[in-house]
Amino acid sequence: MITVENLTKTFPSQGGPVTALAGVTLDVRAGTVCGVVGPSGAGKSTLARCVALLERPDSGSIRVDGTDLVGLDGSRLRAARRQIGVVPQGDSLLRQRTAAGNVALPLESAGMPAPQRRSRVAELLDLVGLTDKAGNYPDQLSGGQRQRVAVARALAANPSVLLADEPTSALDPETTGSVLTVLDRARAELGVTVLVVTHDMAVVRRICDDVAVLEHGRVVEHGRVLDLVSDANSRTAATLLPEVDQSAGVAGNHDRVADVVLVGFAAVGALLPEAASRFDVQLALLGGGLTRLGETPVARFRVGLTGERADSALEWISDTGAVVVRTPKGPQGVAA
Amino acid sequence: MRAATPWSEVFELLSVGTGETLYMVGVSTLIATLLGIPLGVLLHLSAPSGLRPNVVLHKILGTVVDLGRAMPFLVLLVALTSVTRLLVRTSIGPTAAIVPLAVGAVPFVGRLVQNVLREVHVSVVEAAVTTGASTLRIVRSVLLRESAPALINAIGVTTIALLGYSAMAGVIGGGGLGDVAVRIGYQRFDDRVLWSTVVLLAVLTTVIQLLFDLAARLVDRRRHAST
Ligand SMILES: Nc1ncnc2c1ncn2[C@@H]1O[C@H](COP(=O)(O)OP(=O)(O)OP(=O)(O)O)[C@@H](O)[C@H]1O
Ligand SMILES: [Mg+2]
Repeated sequence: MITVENLTKTFPSQGGPVTALAGVTLDVRAGTVCGVVGPSGAGKSTLARCVALLERPDSGSIRVDGTDLVGLDGSRLRAARRQIGVVPQGDSLLRQRTAAGNVALPLESAGMPAPQRRSRVAELLDLVGLTDKAGNYPDQLSGGQRQRVAVARALAANPSVLLADEPTSALDPETTGSVLTVLDRARAELGVTVLVVTHDMAVVRRICDDVAVLEHGRVVEHGRVLDLVSDANSRTAATLLPEVDQSAGVAGNHDRVADVVLVGFAAVGALLPEAASRFDVQLALLGGGLTRLGETPVARFRVGLTGERADSALEWISDTGAVVVRTPKGPQGVAA
Repeated sequence: MRAATPWSEVFELLSVGTGETLYMVGVSTLIATLLGIPLGVLLHLSAPSGLRPNVVLHKILGTVVDLGRAMPFLVLLVALTSVTRLLVRTSIGPTAAIVPLAVGAVPFVGRLVQNVLREVHVSVVEAAVTTGASTLRIVRSVLLRESAPALINAIGVTTIALLGYSAMAGVIGGGGLGDVAVRIGYQRFDDRVLWSTVVLLAVLTTVIQLLFDLAARLVDRRRHAST
């Protein structure tokens, strides 16, 4: 479990000091995957580097399993670092070592004897599905394979926490999947708590339980992904849900236009037709679609309703647990 | 103009000269490497962006290295005479020449090593830092190992530079091929000796370069490097 409290960090620069973190408070629940998203320069990497103990914050605390890690030095700092597995941003493998040699590095740092090291390395390469590439050098691996080796290396010393900064930024969508699968396995099979910095919403969609949005060094939104998508005011929701053309239906002659968000319904397709027939309204799908957040199917549709009992129909949909946001006029459409 | 030295004598002169040259260059390269690599490592580690930033140490080492490199070799050769005599109990001959050669090459190697280490990508080093590795282990297993091929190339460059300087050392009684070329080839107008040494030095340079290229390739694991 990672608890970050009131973390601040300022960098000196020519144009005066730059505040990268302006009091970040964040709680990552044990055994979950938390995504950190936000615009460029928001402080995501700085936060990750502080938690990785590569950067010293100016103030605040970082606790992993209850121990404050800020301000440690020497051998205690090195011991604390071993508790935290890190997949650094960019290419971070030793090019003069094989995949297996790279995974062995943290074990050497920890002083593990060679025979044990070999079996542990084999275990980890198996976990990331690269047993057959053990003897390959990084230049003989694809980008996705290199990142998986980096993940295996980060997990080698049995850390309770795994940090990854943009682990998929250089990868195509297909390869991204293989890296995300590995991060997900780390959580599921090893019970590791994962903090992943990303600008790719697909990462959040696929593996994150929680998400924190960073802006100008502050957390502006934080919570469970599935809770946030049901929150009409959440900006995470806006980017995670299937896109709806904001002008769709606004100019049409429907009595009511609304966005309906359905989380975890087995038969999302059945709900809307049922509402139409129950309340004798005409219901037109104007946009939106289905997606998946982890294992959970999630849908957002824009619907246009025509009929006297259009309001009742929307209320009924809302009562079944869906989130209904009416769009009375104008393209903003957030008013309830 | 006198008659050219007979080939048998030229042979004798050149083999003795080559032996002395290789001795001077070999030993001074070895010393310069043994001292220059730690110097380069310290320069790299103490830099503001290094693993152990230390402004004072970095400034001192940097200044010493710059002064050492700015010093013309001939001046160093003369200036170090008393030190040389103290260390090897003579101020002429190949052994005496090793002292100024090594002293001149240490800062040179230090800078080369520093530049080579800088090429190791930051995220590679940081990855090692996050494993809890000590600085010593990072230097050994990451910095030096990752740049081993480039380090070998740098030592090769140094060896060839020292080959050139060793010829200069010959001028003040250092011996070696430079001594043969100047004392016999040039001062006695013996073109046969002069050009033989020139060809021999060229061959030596080429062979040394080839050997270091081979060694660099042997330690480089990136056989199928894409870049
Ligand atoms: N070492 C540094 N020295 C000076 N300024 C820095 C340093 N590291 C980060 N900054 C500044 O701190 C701010 C936050 O940087 P950070 O790298 O954390 O952003 P980020 O959210 O990771 O952005 P990106 O999505 O582009 O990676 C930026 O304004 C950046 O310029
Ligand atoms: Mg970043």
